[in-house]
Amino acid sequence: MDFELSSEHLLLQKTVRDFAQREIGPYVKQADRRGEMPAEVLPRMAAQGLLGLCIPAAYGGQDLDYISLGLACEELENVDTSLRVVMSVHVALNSLALLQWASEDQRRRFLVPQARGQKIAAFGLTEPGAGSDAARVASTARRSGDDYLLTGEKTWISLATKADHVLWFARTNPEASDPHQGLSAFLLETDRPGVTRGDLEGKLGVRAGSTGWLHCDEVRVPEINRIGQEGEGFTIAMTCLDNGRYTVAAGAAGLIRACLAASVRYAHERQAFGREIAQHQLIQEKIARMSQQYEIARLLYLRAGWLKNQGRRNTRESSLAKWYATEAAFEAAHQALQVHGAYGYSDEFDVERFFRNARGAMIYEGTSEIHTLIQAGYALGLREDGALRRELPAHRVS
Amino acid sequence: MNIVVCVKQTPDSAAKVSVEGGHVTWGDAPLIVNPWDEYAVEEALRQKEKHGGKVTAISMGPESAREALKTALAMGCDEAILVSDAGLKGSDSLGTARALASAVRKIGSVDLVLFGRQAIDGDTGLTAAQVAHLLGWPALTYVAAVEEIKPEAKTMRVQRMIDEGRQVVEAQLPVAMSVVKELNEPRYPSFMGIRKASKATIPTWSIADLGVEASKVGSAGALVSWSEIYAPPVHKVECEVVKGETPQETARTLVDRLIAEKVI
Repeated sequence: MDFELSSEHLLLQKTVRDFAQREIGPYVKQADRRGEMPAEVLPRMAAQGLLGLCIPAAYGGQDLDYISLGLACEELENVDTSLRVVMSVHVALNSLALLQWASEDQRRRFLVPQARGQKIAAFGLTEPGAGSDAARVASTARRSGDDYLLTGEKTWISLATKADHVLWFARTNPEASDPHQGLSAFLLETDRPGVTRGDLEGKLGVRAGSTGWLHCDEVRVPEINRIGQEGEGFTIAMTCLDNGRYTVAAGAAGLIRACLAASVRYAHERQAFGREIAQHQLIQEKIARMSQQYEIARLLYLRAGWLKNQGRRNTRESSLAKWYATEAAFEAAHQALQVHGAYGYSDEFDVERFFRNARGAMIYEGTSEIHTLIQAGYALGLREDGALRRELPAHRVS
Repeated sequence: MNIVVCVKQTPDSAAKVSVEGGHVTWGDAPLIVNPWDEYAVEEALRQKEKHGGKVTAISMGPESAREALKTALAMGCDEAILVSDAGLKGSDSLGTARALASAVRKIGSVDLVLFGRQAIDGDTGLTAAQVAHLLGWPALTYVAAVEEIKPEAKTMRVQRMIDEGRQVVEAQLPVAMSVVKELNEPRYPSFMGIRKASKATIPTWSIADLGVEASKVGSAGALVSWSEIYAPPVHKVECEVVKGETPQETARTLVDRLIAEKVI
């Protein structure tokens, strides 16, 4: 067992940290206040290679491993959640799904431009009437000659109005007795006729990010755009979540670290009752808890990343890491705000933004309730993972 | 162009530096590439991109300095050499310059050696000029802009940042130069570069490899001795709020106070 990060990982960590703090950090507060993603974020992330971070070089990526993906997410969310969301959606939920499930031809056609950052990718599973109950997807894909006609609406889609490609889940067999069996996955180009989209307003957090809806009205897509087999959509969606949840967990660790750093700094600055508040035990208790939460979150996500590198199934571990880290991040942000007192309640300090940003992650990529059920299922022996037709390729560090 | 860039590994600029038992310490703070040296690496890479050739990064330091060289490789340097030897420990800037100048000679046919303006730990800012002197080359210090390099004519023209403004200087190659941050914006290491750097073999050159006299480097050869090292005394700061009935009166009172304190 080796708990050391390699020099490659350390160099990557410092590079992404410097990039996020210097290139994006200065704009985050304004972007959050304005409620829009700065136009330069995606081009800069693309230029740095982040959008193809752990995709093999053969498909236009940077060929780094899954632990690097986690480390990058931790550093990005340490600056702002909106940056990590880009990685979750573009890299984990979409590009890794193409790596796992798409044919060689499809990888060349769709994955290569995504990994190079020339095309932005999103993930279209959630619908107005289908959230935790993902099998309830009502969007349809009807055969029309050699093509499919996609109709339906997706909502709460990160990068909805920025994306060129959306991994779109739709029902190909409305007659299937088990609703899980009737779904299929499609790579939808958003410039196809019949696609409309818009941004969602009034979000509690991640306001520097882009979240929206997409609507398809009889959008014609050729068969080459279907990812995996017909009826395989639900299985594909669940493997996407194994990757997405991993990035959310790693990002949440970065958010806890940000809460801890802000609290430590403020605790040494602020005086109360004749000494700095760091000397008061009830403040120390909060700081101690945050460092504990950070270490647990970090170890949990790194283990999931290690399993991914080995090519081993990690549904259980990624779910556990995501469940723990996002709840811990919200608790850390809540306590960081308390350490800052009234100042923490104002956007003059970052912890107010951390608090709002932390909340959403307990809902997306599996609510805390869904993860509770998943973990109970594994512990009670009610749930086990069967073999998949195609596995996510391993990344063994040479 | 055959370019060499000298980088030093220093404690992180955010490290808490203290003095313990007459020695400077920074605890377990992370070690980084001296931030000024990043501008030197960037300029080396830009000149290579413009004129072709090769960039070699060299660092003198303990084994850990290998990590600083990996950063330089990840940014795009072609090769890296670690100058490391127990006998180099305790070198002053002259000893360091002797080792680095020998390394430059050993590389051979070098056109340009770059340095950051100073290291954020020692802060002497001497090494670039000392290397130039030892090699018998022109020293262009505090370079803020490279106006032109003519590799065939073996000339270069730069702007130096001096107190009075900028000074345009021409020199004959080979040249040793130190750079200031106005020169460029250092790039981030690329991820491909990080992968390449982590697999690169970085040779170590010892005193014997360099052919320098052991008595001229390290603590044995140091001409500078640090008789006493202490942390700067903590300044007591007192705040005084200047008040007045009108802004004019407040300003007048403030000016009187500043004159009384000999600030202006």
